[in-house]
Amino acid sequence: MNIIDRRLNPKGKSLPNRQRLLRRLKSQVRKAVAQSITGRRVREIDAEQSVPVPVEGIGEPSFRKGSSGVRDVVWPGNPKLVKGDRIPRPGGGDGEGNQASDSGEGEDAFTFSLSREEFLDIFFEDLELPDMVKRRLMQTVSSVPSRAGFSVSGGPQSLDVVRTMRNSMARRLALSRPRDEDVEEMEARLAEAEAAGDEETVARLKEEHARLRRRQRAIPWVDPVDVRYRRFEARPVPIAQAVMFCLMDVSGSMNEHMKDLAKRFFMLLYLFLQRRYEAVDIVFIRHTHEAKEVDEDTFFTSRETGGTLVSSALDAASRIIAERYPIDGWNIYIAQASDGDNMSSDRDRVLSAMTASLLPACQYFAYLEVSDPPSEDHGGFQDISDLWRTYETLLGSSVPLAMRRANSAGEIFGVFHELFSRSGINQKA
Amino acid sequence: MTLLYEGREWNFDKLRRAYDAVAQIATEDLGLDTYPNQIEVITSTQMLDAYASNGLPILYRHWSFGKRFIHDEALYRKGYQGLAYEIVINSDPCICYIMEENSMTMQTLVLAHAAFGHNHFFKNNNLFRQWTDATAILDYLTFARDFIASCEERHGVEAVEHVLDAAHALQTQGVNRYARHPRRSLAEELAREKERRNYEQTTWNPLWTTVPGNKADEVPAEEAIPDEDRNQPIEFPEENLLYFLEKNSPALRGWEREILRIVRNLSQYFYPQRQTKVMNEGCATFVHYEIMTRLHERRLIDDGAFLEFIHSHSSVAFQPPFTDPRYGGMNPYALGFAVMRDIQRICTDPTGEDRAWFPDMAGNGDPFGTLRDIWAQYRDESFLLQYLSPKVIRDFRMIALRDEAGVPYFEVAAIHDEQGYRDIRAMLARGYECARSDPEIEIVGANLAGDRKLLIENRVHDGQRLSAASARRTLQHIQSLWGYGVRLTEINAQTGKPFADGEFEA
Repeated sequence: MNIIDRRLNPKGKSLPNRQRLLRRLKSQVRKAVAQSITGRRVREIDAEQSVPVPVEGIGEPSFRKGSSGVRDVVWPGNPKLVKGDRIPRPGGGDGEGNQASDSGEGEDAFTFSLSREEFLDIFFEDLELPDMVKRRLMQTVSSVPSRAGFSVSGGPQSLDVVRTMRNSMARRLALSRPRDEDVEEMEARLAEAEAAGDEETVARLKEEHARLRRRQRAIPWVDPVDVRYRRFEARPVPIAQAVMFCLMDVSGSMNEHMKDLAKRFFMLLYLFLQRRYEAVDIVFIRHTHEAKEVDEDTFFTSRETGGTLVSSALDAASRIIAERYPIDGWNIYIAQASDGDNMSSDRDRVLSAMTASLLPACQYFAYLEVSDPPSEDHGGFQDISDLWRTYETLLGSSVPLAMRRANSAGEIFGVFHELFSRSGINQKA
Repeated sequence: MTLLYEGREWNFDKLRRAYDAVAQIATEDLGLDTYPNQIEVITSTQMLDAYASNGLPILYRHWSFGKRFIHDEALYRKGYQGLAYEIVINSDPCICYIMEENSMTMQTLVLAHAAFGHNHFFKNNNLFRQWTDATAILDYLTFARDFIASCEERHGVEAVEHVLDAAHALQTQGVNRYARHPRRSLAEELAREKERRNYEQTTWNPLWTTVPGNKADEVPAEEAIPDEDRNQPIEFPEENLLYFLEKNSPALRGWEREILRIVRNLSQYFYPQRQTKVMNEGCATFVHYEIMTRLHERRLIDDGAFLEFIHSHSSVAFQPPFTDPRYGGMNPYALGFAVMRDIQRICTDPTGEDRAWFPDMAGNGDPFGTLRDIWAQYRDESFLLQYLSPKVIRDFRMIALRDEAGVPYFEVAAIHDEQGYRDIRAMLARGYECARSDPEIEIVGANLAGDRKLLIENRVHDGQRLSAASARRTLQHIQSLWGYGVRLTEINAQTGKPFADGEFEA
């Protein structure tokens, strides 16, 4: 008989089976994910999602008997029945306990929770940010040497003297190497004896002295076995860090609906960056006729009144980039949400801010123009806004700028997809 | 005697001691004959993993196992369903998984139940001996997993999945119910041929050549049968659908046939287990009950441990009446245990009734020998038909009901009284006959000269028709394996006539 402890064996042996199931349910799960994005509050977006999965595609058919026909069953626990009695059919057709579920033609729908990772994997499936491989941040990981104990080999520059001498002392004590003082004392006594002319003692002391000398030579002061070097390991540090600028117009023309759309847009971008980069900073800049850097709560909740100067926000962004986020250390993403209103006098300043500082500095500039749901009196027709027209002139093959319009929460997912899917960029670029 | 252990906590040392004590009782007192044991301690997550793969330690990958895992996990997490305390695999050495959460008493119980009860049954029951090869199963599972993984690499996950889906759909129709005549090898074939020639030569009589008209009857053998049919004789009817498709499908490639074979072999491996649920669990429950009781009698476990054992034993072997909301069918543990305990009673302390019903074993004084013999020879159906005693029928207060689809009530056909015992016994036994609960499906022919349409028949007994939607989809799977059209006809077994709406095509 053997007793084997398997508890440390890897768990999740059936994980590949789960992945196969998810792949099989892909279209259902994707639909469910898209729906849950539409209906959910932003903050809940990366919580575990319980996704009800419809049954198509995961039934396991077989030749099995239905509920038709005659059968005899034997049940335990007769209360007081006698032969010939009749009892009503339980549950309208549920015959023999577990046979009941097989008798129906349909199969049980069942729901299960996608883990956060699975949810996001599906969510981001074919998304890819453009030109990820850029500048010196091309490699996602660099390394710094960090101390990792001691080793017995190494270069002289990393010799650890204290550790080496401690080993050497321990070894000398253990092997009882004669100390220099002992030898000197012996020499003093020898000299004394020689002066006294005690032949016998001199001979004995000489022998003793020679022995000490020999032992001193045989046991070295520092032996190669004592030597220790500081050991360094290359510890990977994420240099793939990104900063995301959220720019939003909070002037009176932006209503709650529009802000909600914007919020979702930022949220999605944030999630995406969070997955791509080890560290993601977010800078919230809101603007009316002047721009302010604020925290997240203020950004989304408080209202302000005033005119609209988009250039103020752009300037603020480029100032913050210059101050805090040098472009050789950060991937810079800018997401702007606006209803498109801008003072026409601001046009030139917007253009110069974009071309001179922001577009060259950032990896990607995403502009989402939010609007009210199309109402009857407009008949779904939308004016082309000032800002849209301004940005349109910037579009070009090598410009990392993408822009879209959205007017309902359900559209955001699609907009996002289009914005960041590789093909979308290629078309735009 | 000193106690084997004290308290709840278990460790490997205690396990070993308990195992030795249990083994001593099992072999010396009960006379059990087991495969060597391999006890493996696992966690609850690993137990869930094992659930998902039919309790096998190694299995190929398929989404349906993932589905089962999610299902079981949800039930477990919500507390609807506890996990089994053990899983035991019919292999040599016999692998027995025990959970780390179990208390020491539970571990002892599990060792007695699985490592000796099930193990003895696996090693000795006729069905298992005939249909499974315990020494080879682990190697075969490893081979199956690696083979299917390599197919996935070479042909893509989806192509493999497609074949597996189809094969899984035919799992229940993928077993041999009877031993096949072994195919003759080429050498045997040649030897027969030679023997036949010899016989012809030794018995040749020139007189026969003088009989007129002989020449005209002679047909050259080559022209008699078309080439194709002669080279690949297909035998009809065939009830093992997977076997048929594996051997005869014109559309399958080599690796696809091998996958069918793997699924078929696993299905065959599980077939004895499907036929012996009551006996297998009854045997294990009976064995653990005997062993634990004896451990307590010999003061090897203390009263607290024995009470804990009694508690979990009685919840395992509990049969709620059908009026109870907990009722979920006949509990195989309870039924098997009750019948076996009753056999023990009949052997040692029979009543007049027992002597009338079981004259050959009543009072023979050798309960374990009798039981060992029963464990070796029977399956559920024959076991119940032979050994379900009136006392057990009374104790369970069994009633037989006639369930006719479309009728809003069940009629009581027999109850636990003098007139009813034999009826109930026969009906209950029939309910455990796999060949009866599975539909009777056979491939009866194929239109080989024409469109190669495969003809399948389902012989319907007692009007128990197939579940139509499921059958239609299964038929599509067969169609994809066969490569040509398939037709399934439902035929009334009593009259031999097809049902009007009993024809499916794919």
